[in-house]
Amino acid sequence: MAKQIRIALRNCGVIDPERIEDYIARDGYMALATVLTELTPEAVIEILKKSGLRGRGGGGFPAGLKWEITRKVQADQKYVVCNADEGDPGAFMDRSILEGDPHSVLEAMTINGYCTGASKGLIYIRAEYPLAVERLKTAMAQSREMGLLGENILGTGFNFDIDIRYGAGAFVCGEETALIHSMEGLRGEPTVKPPFPSVEGYLKKPTNVNNVETFANVPVILNKGWEWFASIGTERSKGTKVFALAGKINNVGLVEVPMGTTLREVIFEIGGGIQHGREFKAAQTGGPSGGCLTKKHLDTPIDYDNLIAAGSMMGSGGLIVMDEDDCMVAIAKFYLEFTVEESCGKCSPCRIGNKRLHEILGKITQGNGTMEDIDKLRNLGTVIKDTSLCGLGQSSPNPVLSTLDNFYDEYMEHVKDKKCRSKVCKSLMQYLIIADKCIGCTLCARNCPVNAISGERKQAHFIDQEKCIKCGACMEKCKFNAIIIN
Amino acid sequence: MTKLGSTKSLTELREKLKAKNAALSQKDNPLSTIQVKVTMATCGIASGSRPVYDYMKEELSKRNIPAKVSQVGCMGFCYAEPTIEITMPGKKPVMFGFVNMKKADEIIERFIRKGEEIEGVIPMNYETA
Repeated sequence: MAKQIRIALRNCGVIDPERIEDYIARDGYMALATVLTELTPEAVIEILKKSGLRGRGGGGFPAGLKWEITRKVQADQKYVVCNADEGDPGAFMDRSILEGDPHSVLEAMTINGYCTGASKGLIYIRAEYPLAVERLKTAMAQSREMGLLGENILGTGFNFDIDIRYGAGAFVCGEETALIHSMEGLRGEPTVKPPFPSVEGYLKKPTNVNNVETFANVPVILNKGWEWFASIGTERSKGTKVFALAGKINNVGLVEVPMGTTLREVIFEIGGGIQHGREFKAAQTGGPSGGCLTKKHLDTPIDYDNLIAAGSMMGSGGLIVMDEDDCMVAIAKFYLEFTVEESCGKCSPCRIGNKRLHEILGKITQGNGTMEDIDKLRNLGTVIKDTSLCGLGQSSPNPVLSTLDNFYDEYMEHVKDKKCRSKVCKSLMQYLIIADKCIGCTLCARNCPVNAISGERKQAHFIDQEKCIKCGACMEKCKFNAIIIN
Repeated sequence: MTKLGSTKSLTELREKLKAKNAALSQKDNPLSTIQVKVTMATCGIASGSRPVYDYMKEELSKRNIPAKVSQVGCMGFCYAEPTIEITMPGKKPVMFGFVNMKKADEIIERFIRKGEEIEGVIPMNYETA
């Protein structure tokens, strides 16, 4: 049996995204037709609840339940929002769906409108996705023309229309309350929940926010039945998940696997293993909010709950593979840098705490770390997690905490032995010339940008460690392998 | 495009389109033709699939090979972009990776015209719902 099953990506690469006829030929808008003529909103919500579909944006909240909550709130106007503010480094599944199959999202949003009682849909998409925006606009124009969007859809008297809102690239705007504020023209800052957007969201009206991939699953579930969907996956995580494989893996790309597939199957069987036959070290899931999985997690079935138990999270589905050349302390620092930059600054644990975490990691990678710093990392990380206002802050220490748990010895090496085994942390390494191998050709000295190398012609050369900026130019030029990293 | 006034008209349109698509790939159907799909998502375009798309379209008509060339979204094989998928009538689709003009020419001349097996095929490893 094939390891991959494509549900959310079912039409990507199959249909021409700019032709609505291609989508209709693949049963497109059939779910909407059935829903509008044969099912009550309650019945649709019941199907979704039974299917076990959970939010694919990261949190994993049951989609059917969210729809039901929005439906039950009384209001004169409600909204459906599609969260297409995909911001995790290395994640691109939402973009692929929007570029390859925009109609499935439009169809699902319309179904959501029928179920929740909303007549207006908004797609919040990053302005950095011009092609996705263009294809969405084409798709919207086509479905309006065919009477599948707008007034009196399919002659049933149901009205629903969709508009696009652009995000300016702030990571925090993927958080639903911040996203809503951004759409209202306010600063993209989160607010305390409750009230949840389902109760009080866009313009203070009930707003159902779902991710692109969640929406893309909905039409298939309704066409094929909840029993079919619920038969795929694990007990508490149903269906499939799209992962964006990136990093040191042979087959970089998008894969869609049933929940419960192991990391080993994803990386080695589908992903084709690690580049250049090197050793697998870790896989980072969930982007800056997630953590690192290691060799011992290779055979853990991937689903929402198992990933959280392993100190990571599903996140939007980015999966960055690392090999022995990656320093875990530097990786944690990289993600922290991202969070520090993207923190909106509203609550102090996230604004100040992450900054301090980043400074401590900087200290460790420069070889000035102490044992006290390690304790501080752990304490501070836990406090930030417990006290931050929104999901960004509550998950931002994950990369630090999970690498501390899984790669404690690497932190110890940095702190105690002042060594970086992956040769990434420049402050902790030295370029040395092996006198026996050096023939004194002067090539390295001539190429050194800071004149740190001295020595007579035909005599062994010497690197002044004070001056050396560790650029590696000498090592690259040396024809006799006389320069090594210590 | 005509407005669909009822679910019945949607179902009818779907059946019509389905039949048309099925005819495209049936071996002895007079409507059948070679189908060429070029991945044109951001990843594909960035790796150069647009010139490949134009090349396939132009060259196939120049060389008098009837074919339907269309653009599709991402097939997920980012590492091998640009990718193109060819379906010969009555046969299973075959996907090629790392396609440039030279490769495209080889695909047209050897794979499409002569039916030879050529290198660069990406194994399909998924089921679609």
